[in-house]
Amino acid sequence: MNAPNAKPLPSTVVRDDEGALVAAAKRGDLDAFQELVSRYESKIYRLSWNITRNKEDAEDSMQDAFLKAFQHLDGFEGGSRFYTWLVRIAVNEALMKLRKRRPNQISLDEPVQADGEDLMPRDLQDWGPSPEQKYERTELNRILTDAIEELDSPYRMAFVLRDVSELSTEETAEALGISVPAVKSRLLRARLKLRQKLDPFFRSKPS
Amino acid sequence: MNCRGVIAELTSYLDEALDAVAAADLERHLDGCKKCRLIVDTTRKTIEIYCNAEPVPLPEDVRARLHKALFERLGHAR
Repeated sequence: MNAPNAKPLPSTVVRDDEGALVAAAKRGDLDAFQELVSRYESKIYRLSWNITRNKEDAEDSMQDAFLKAFQHLDGFEGGSRFYTWLVRIAVNEALMKLRKRRPNQISLDEPVQADGEDLMPRDLQDWGPSPEQKYERTELNRILTDAIEELDSPYRMAFVLRDVSELSTEETAEALGISVPAVKSRLLRARLKLRQKLDPFFRSKPS
Repeated sequence: MNCRGVIAELTSYLDEALDAVAAADLERHLDGCKKCRLIVDTTRKTIEIYCNAEPVPLPEDVRARLHKALFERLGHAR
């Protein structure tokens, strides 16, 4: 665990030489493309896994995403970040995989909210400065994975793209094909629901 | 701004997407409301913990198969 007080960061994944690498890859330079793959493979795998919830599907959809990215590089015009473009391909590949496996279970529409749903958190308590350090890495990973897995897909997708994959709100909207206000609404619910799920583990004085 | 206003603007505030006037208004409320300070703080930590954690590391064998597949399938593509 590092930098527990780091702020959510929108653009740490981009390096200065990315444009040159993309240009070289477009010319068919496989080494340049492999370098781009190496930079983003961990993030794309995590994204694929968060969508498919299955190791095998995550691996397959990640491979398909990178293959498709290389084959369609000519279509990347540089209007957006390469990473955003890549994420959009990876989301599509992972969703296709998921729909094939569970055709009737996947809906990215927002679940119906009860009228007047109260989002106001209750029974609040301080978490202390670095609450995650109370747990060993394996235990922490289990807590984080269990909590995110319990979220409905629309909320999980918004959180994973915006907060885990570090897309901007606008990029998240574009990748999911929904409006910016819809992303904000889903993100608010996702963040508050996760906060609530993590609370029993991280509060300074266990309840 | 009241507590419900803080919830409504929470996402924009944490993402630093709130205009200066609204942010100052929200922070004035936080100064006097411990409950909302805790909501902002623990929600921010929730995001940071997920951001910094690596709960789904890329296994070395998966990484190796990815690069092998790319090399084999793209090496002949262009």
